[in-house]
Amino acid sequence: MAAISHPRPSVVLSPHFVKQLRKFTAISLVTLFTSLAALIFLAPFGNMMVVALRDQESLAGGPDSPILPMKQVFYDYNDGQRTQRLEVFNVPIDGEVRQLAALQKRRTSVVFIDPNNPTAEPITWQGNWRSLQPAYAFYARWENFPEAWQMIDFPLLFRNTFIIAFVGMIGTLLSSISVAYAFARFPIPGKNWLFIVLIGTIILPGQVTLIPTYAFFSSIGWTGTWLPLIVPHFFANAYNVFLLRQFFMTLPRELDEAAMIDGAGPFRILTHVIVPQSWAAIITVGLFHFVWAWNDYFGPLIYLLGKPELQPISVGVQLFNFRYAPRPELVQATSLMAMLLPIVLFILAQRFFMRGVVITGVEK
Amino acid sequence: MTSVPTPLRVEQVTTLRPRRQMSIYAQQRLWGWLFLSPWLIGFFVFTFVPIVASLIFSFTDFTLTRPDQINFVGLNNWIKLFNDPLALNALRVTFGFALISLPIAIALPVLLASLLNSKYLIGKPFFRLLFYLPYMVPAISSIFIWQAFLNGQTGWLNRLLRLIGIAEPPNWLGHEFWIGPAMVLIGVWGVGNAMLITLATLQGVPQELYDAAKVDGAGAVAAFFKITLPMISPVIFYNLILTVIGLLQYFVVPYVLTRGTGNPNGAAYFFNMHLYRTAFLFQDMGYGATMAWFIFIIAIVLTIILFATSRRWVYYAGGE
Repeated sequence: MAAISHPRPSVVLSPHFVKQLRKFTAISLVTLFTSLAALIFLAPFGNMMVVALRDQESLAGGPDSPILPMKQVFYDYNDGQRTQRLEVFNVPIDGEVRQLAALQKRRTSVVFIDPNNPTAEPITWQGNWRSLQPAYAFYARWENFPEAWQMIDFPLLFRNTFIIAFVGMIGTLLSSISVAYAFARFPIPGKNWLFIVLIGTIILPGQVTLIPTYAFFSSIGWTGTWLPLIVPHFFANAYNVFLLRQFFMTLPRELDEAAMIDGAGPFRILTHVIVPQSWAAIITVGLFHFVWAWNDYFGPLIYLLGKPELQPISVGVQLFNFRYAPRPELVQATSLMAMLLPIVLFILAQRFFMRGVVITGVEK
Repeated sequence: MTSVPTPLRVEQVTTLRPRRQMSIYAQQRLWGWLFLSPWLIGFFVFTFVPIVASLIFSFTDFTLTRPDQINFVGLNNWIKLFNDPLALNALRVTFGFALISLPIAIALPVLLASLLNSKYLIGKPFFRLLFYLPYMVPAISSIFIWQAFLNGQTGWLNRLLRLIGIAEPPNWLGHEFWIGPAMVLIGVWGVGNAMLITLATLQGVPQELYDAAKVDGAGAVAAFFKITLPMISPVIFYNLILTVIGLLQYFVVPYVLTRGTGNPNGAAYFFNMHLYRTAFLFQDMGYGATMAWFIFIIAIVLTIILFATSRRWVYYAGGE
């Protein structure tokens, strides 16, 4: 501040200006780099959208077909007697490229009609037609979506997925709130050990319980129904309990005690004191479960084998896409439809999701 | 007028008080067990009993086609496991894949989170949303999306590679060498969750530490390795454990991508796919349970090793 004298070369290159310039450059470079990375990261979405909007003809084009959904241009030429469907090419003539319809393809020359002026004299172009680029025009086939929607019976899949996800969500909320309340507020002997066991189930490989669980559900006749996908969620889950417990622990105990003095029992305290203060955490857990169940594939795969009328979106889309693999535009359209609801939910409720991820991840 | 016999009241209070106090504590404990019971029952029925039953099944020829006839076969299933070429190959595939994807799964979230934490980045919430988004996409959708993206002929990736001068880009899904890297790329798409946790931890590193390091003359690189990495090491450890467990269970991506075959040439035939086929397609539940317990043992051993070594490199700022 005081007596240090800086050499000042000029007004324009003052240290302040240089600093600003450096900062500006850094901001531009970092933001540009991140944008580029994000663009590459999200490119598969673009690929999906574009394929979902193509028609079969343009998909047959292979590596040289245009990137965007386009359609090869044809021209219906009527020579007075009958109508012919002619391919349109980009033809370089006299230094300009014109779009002309090929009337006769010969070995060393092509006879073209100008679609804008069909009655004019045909133009003869010297050269092999194979060296010419076919003309394309932008063409998005939106009908792929309704077509896929009908073929896959999307309303049925949607209904099945919704019931499985929603009832399971109710189950996991009821049970996880109850268990988290127990861990947060009650003097249970060996509570810390029980909590470690609960958290330990997060790193348990799922296979080790899979076969006996399946055998159990099979022996009580639950395979081929939604019950194995719903009922286990009524018995709490480590992530949800952890998230809710962390939240409950931050709530002041004074309110519980005040309610207790007013004569409220533990159940009433839960429903009237704890839950009303915890909507943020409860919504987060509900959303997480809903999206998880919506996206779950393995459970429905093994428990709903051979029951197409009960299958959720994940298995329905997989089976459809295996069967219709030669129709990539339908495969991409169904993939888009399957992810729409979770993505929209996430974008609308991103605050809840992100806070939930941070609580379960950081405080572990 | 009020002729309440005071001595009686006092007596009542004094005799009842200790007993009532006790019963409130006991009552609270009882309520605690009651509220805990959903998990206790669930843990017993859906975790503890199945783990034990799995071990027992592994010594039997249990199959669902004749569930009433269970014969003990001793160690036959375990001996079979170590002589089953498909299982051994699947184990090799699983560990080979884990070896290439683990470093990426650990490093990428840190790099991405550091980028998104940069003070020079404009629009942080927007980029955070974009990089998180694919994590929310159902596995089924993302597999088919990537199948199109990686398509050797028309996929955008190979179009891009051709554009930058690679005349013959790899046939990602059709070649046994490239299917692994292809699945690594699909896995990279799910980086969002780990990135977000890392980012939140990064934001919690006290600025004073960086200021002090600057005073001591440390550059950005030194600060990253000497301050940032130690301070976020608990999150790296958490990601590491979850990634290792996730890789041991890897199933949906190779199963759907290869239509359950694990081809080309078995290069995507993971251990869990062998388990699934054995137990659910060939109904050999006894052998399937053996494979499940084998993976469980590997998971326990790896977890113990990771926890043991974590003392050396995971730094907990709050002490133990």
